[in-house]
Amino acid sequence: MTTIESYESKTKSGVGVSAQRPDAVPKATGEFPFSSDLSSHNMLWGQTLRSPYPSARIKNIDISEALSISGVHAILTANDVPGKNLFGLEHPDQPVLADDLIRYAGEPIALVAAEHPEIAAKAINAIHVTFEELTPLIDAESSITAEPIHPEGNVIRHLKIDYGDPSTTGDLVIEGTYEVGMQDQAFMGTESGMAVPSPDGSVDLYISTQWLHSDQNQIIEALDLPEDMVRLTLAGVGGAFGGREDVSMHVHLCMLALHTGRPVKMVYDRNESFLGHVHRHPAKIWYRHHATKDGHIVKVEGKIILDGGAYASTTSAVLANACCFSTGPYRVSSAQIEGWGVRTNNPPCGAMRGFGNVQTCFAIEAQMDKVASALGIDPVELRLINALEQGDSIITGQKITGAAPVKEVISSLAGHPMPGPAENNLLARPGGTGRTTDQKHIKRGVGFAVSIKNLMFAEGFDDSSEALCQVDDGNVAIHTACVEVGQGFITLVHQIAEEVLGTSDITVIPADTSIGSAGSTSASRQTWMSGGAVLKACEAVVVKLIEQIFEDEGVKYENLDGTLVSEDGTKTIPVAEALKGRSFHEKVVHRHAPTFPLNNKGQGDAHVSFAFAAHRAVVDVDQELGLVRVIEIATSQDVGRILNPLQAVGQIEGGITQGLGLAVLEELVMKNGVIQNANFTDYLLPTALDTPPIEIAALIEEPEPGAPFGAKGIGEPPTISSTPAVVAAIRDATGVDLRRVPVRPEDIALE
Amino acid sequence: MEVLIASSTEEICELLAQDSSRQLLAGGTDFMVEVNYRHRSPSSVITIDQVPELQNWHHDGDSVVVGSCVTYREIERGPLATLVPALAQAARTVGSPQIRNAGTIGGNIGTASPAGDMIPVLSALGAVISLRSSEGIREISLEDLIIGVKETSLRHGEFIESVRVPVLDSPQEFLKVGSRSAMVISVTSLAFITYPKTRSVGIGLGAVNPTPTRAKEAEEFIADYLDWESMQVDPSGLDHFKDLVSAASSPIDDHRSVAAYRRKSIGILAQRALTRVFTEGVL
Amino acid sequence: MPNETQPHLNVNGETLTIDDAWLGESLLYTLRERLGLYGSKNACEQGECGSCSIMLDETLVCACLVLTGSATGKDIKTIESLAPEGSLSTIQQAFVDTGAIQCGFCTPGLLITIKDFLDENTNPTDLEIREAISGNLCRCTGYGRIVEAVRIASKTHDETEGGN
Repeated sequence: MTTIESYESKTKSGVGVSAQRPDAVPKATGEFPFSSDLSSHNMLWGQTLRSPYPSARIKNIDISEALSISGVHAILTANDVPGKNLFGLEHPDQPVLADDLIRYAGEPIALVAAEHPEIAAKAINAIHVTFEELTPLIDAESSITAEPIHPEGNVIRHLKIDYGDPSTTGDLVIEGTYEVGMQDQAFMGTESGMAVPSPDGSVDLYISTQWLHSDQNQIIEALDLPEDMVRLTLAGVGGAFGGREDVSMHVHLCMLALHTGRPVKMVYDRNESFLGHVHRHPAKIWYRHHATKDGHIVKVEGKIILDGGAYASTTSAVLANACCFSTGPYRVSSAQIEGWGVRTNNPPCGAMRGFGNVQTCFAIEAQMDKVASALGIDPVELRLINALEQGDSIITGQKITGAAPVKEVISSLAGHPMPGPAENNLLARPGGTGRTTDQKHIKRGVGFAVSIKNLMFAEGFDDSSEALCQVDDGNVAIHTACVEVGQGFITLVHQIAEEVLGTSDITVIPADTSIGSAGSTSASRQTWMSGGAVLKACEAVVVKLIEQIFEDEGVKYENLDGTLVSEDGTKTIPVAEALKGRSFHEKVVHRHAPTFPLNNKGQGDAHVSFAFAAHRAVVDVDQELGLVRVIEIATSQDVGRILNPLQAVGQIEGGITQGLGLAVLEELVMKNGVIQNANFTDYLLPTALDTPPIEIAALIEEPEPGAPFGAKGIGEPPTISSTPAVVAAIRDATGVDLRRVPVRPEDIALE
Repeated sequence: MEVLIASSTEEICELLAQDSSRQLLAGGTDFMVEVNYRHRSPSSVITIDQVPELQNWHHDGDSVVVGSCVTYREIERGPLATLVPALAQAARTVGSPQIRNAGTIGGNIGTASPAGDMIPVLSALGAVISLRSSEGIREISLEDLIIGVKETSLRHGEFIESVRVPVLDSPQEFLKVGSRSAMVISVTSLAFITYPKTRSVGIGLGAVNPTPTRAKEAEEFIADYLDWESMQVDPSGLDHFKDLVSAASSPIDDHRSVAAYRRKSIGILAQRALTRVFTEGVL
Repeated sequence: MPNETQPHLNVNGETLTIDDAWLGESLLYTLRERLGLYGSKNACEQGECGSCSIMLDETLVCACLVLTGSATGKDIKTIESLAPEGSLSTIQQAFVDTGAIQCGFCTPGLLITIKDFLDENTNPTDLEIREAISGNLCRCTGYGRIVEAVRIASKTHDETEGGN
């Protein structure tokens, strides 16, 4: 593929080449151990009883019948939580097991450990809970003033951004209200893990997650155990996309294991998985854009409501993102934005790839197209006119000091050749094998959208990652707690080792809590943070190596791309060679430059770095039936520097496909607080037939200052402007003013 | 769970006569989903997918008799696909290759889901189902067999042995609306069958009624607008035709779609099927 | 007639005696938790994701939809036998080379599906490939590298592995 090859590094190995994943072969043979593949002698199976009601009071729990079933070893309820019956990613507000009140359909109430999953299931059915059903609070907007459904109140966060002169007006005013439905991460490997108790009362947890240490912190509070008695080791992860950032079965497993004295394994089935993790926040967004006649966006007013569901999770941070970037990758002189992240009896919402930027980007890009249309300006041109540049401020007042090649991203994509007509084959048409649509029923549309994403955590969070580079008699091992969820960090570790130490023949010690936190695998942060930590640790080894050699031989060497070169240039030794027979132990903690909180006007240097992307979608629409076929999605993305071209393409194609899903397929349908389609029959993920070829127009490499290798995180931008690009294309084809995602056939056909 | 592997239809009859609560398992594509999610926990199962009579189909004069365990895969391709094209078109839309390899026409009928993909085609073809038990064989129309949502009139000890459909050697169409390009449950579907000998059409509706339905009024109405020599349709009748098809549906709102969309789209499907077969022209 | 002898499963060329108690389980559960063949994955248990794809009497099916009791006497092939120990089949190698693997959960099911497809189809078009794998969900890759892997594998597949 020409595009990938053109980004390949000139060096044969190390950073910049499409190095093969070290876990590719075991994954191809089926031998790679996922957390659901764990097994242990004497193992019991755990299961969870969950509430069918979104809002209820628990009057009584009768476990006597369940306990009497042969093969049942434990039934645990809230009373059995040894420590604090509360956990939470940003803030502990969620019970480990529901005590008195149920706040969402699916909330865990009791745990069972049994000899076989069938016995556990029988026991679950034999637990008799007496509920007093309550009326659920399901409307986010009314939740703001409604009776609190939680002691901490219904407003998880209320944020205002007041930037520039509020009295600014424009020649043109465009108002619009938009809605984003509830998307799910739907990672393929469902929640699973195993807890193994030790006689001393400690426990080892093997788990799929995104952040081992955050999990550990919450577990020890709930178990009332010290850190060294709760040890987490990462088990193989089948995707995450934000859905594993929160604790799910972690405390449950530990409780069952410690109670029974036996290893306990738990695997959620797909239905339970939908209930067992947070989802993307549904959103209602209102904007009023003010623009001059010649297309400058001078002011944006906005109101954003995110439905956080029953518990806080990361609602606060998601809201901050949604608000901070609510005006898009554009320069505006004035912005008044108000956002609420609220609590309802809907399922809890939290992190999903894109994290708040997705919701506002959909709305803002729709507005931009409306402004363009009203002013008679080409939509791409309008975006170029307003595109942020290095040195501009975003609406929190923060100046962009890093790379901001927004114009290049937009132009390179706009200039990319358009696809030809679709194949004359029903498989290529809307409706596919359903044979609904002939060529004459089809109209083609094109849509364009641009996005901004902040990389890493924000608002003063002291983010760090720890890495160890250990050399034992020349054998190199690297250890971090960085979670590999499929994104390819494991490959990067090898590439960094190759780059600095001249060898990728290293051992990567399994991620666990015996080393310091690597932070979460999310927020497009791991390359910068854990890649940075690994880089520093390897470099620290080389520094020590050079010192040692100087002590031994009196020769001063310098490291040049994995080879030590003497000061006078006459002697060279490959680093890997020089390491032989020597031992080092270098542990470093890597931090990024500090960020700061937002003040009460939403002003502050809250973010580390920004990445930009643009997407162009081409769709064929059968308007009469409202059926859409996405023909092509093309993209340009601001990447800083590509560390592995093949993996970069994989992240981009995968992220765009998730964006396509939100545009036309994916939504958890709610009815009175209960999910109606918690299964793959009706929660529709894009199949290979729904997903078009993805064209990469350009990957703009403008190195980011402060970023290891100058590389920006690339995971999230593909999911952000891909959705609005698809919807814009459908609008272009049909003329229908679509205000909501996902777009359903009836939204087009019944207009 | 007791699992009994039947090797003949006689055996099935015997086993059911012994205990009519025994459940029959063919491809498992509906059955096993219920078992896996514990909506069904049978104590005794008879697997019937290895019974030769049920796996085969044969040409019988001007019809084909399709064994109930013939898979979607077989219906979708090969000689059966040429003999009953609309059935093949429908089979191709079911699930995935994995599902089509295992799922059976008998299973689709027996599950009796309003969204079953075989059902509108069988309805429009006037399919006759053959039911066997230890008491003998009885034949029944699809409409008399499927009497409610996921409800059949199968008697105790009876099982679906085969389906008979006409071989018409004339244009047939099957159209299905779903939100995804593959592996999707019907939102609406429609089968359009031409009967040149009687100069009539059969229109079977899918996913818009609780039980198998033909758009009878629409079938009768459009007859006057068709020219079977030139294979043309008078377009002035198309709007009313579409409305009659929509009127023959009583769709619901559910998590997959809304009634208004289903009602509108079934009429559009009918019009499209018709105008694929009969070109628009003033007669 | 009711089985009078101890039931067996023929898995990857081996005949394995199984317990009566396993007959009512899904074949996927039996393969994984009873026989320790964890290569086939469970992502939905409904036949909607293809991650449990296996070959049953040379037919591609979802193992989650097969009752173990109905599989006795049938020939079962799983990902574990796609290539001899220590080597990779053409398709597996293509997956490794083209970046078609990220988290890897969908990979075994895809490999079985693709092998079955390529055994029957030479020179497939992209659309044919996409239809063939439309029953295998992948959440990480967006299918682009997977389709590329199939393209590459299709060029050499029938030269080495052939239809069988």
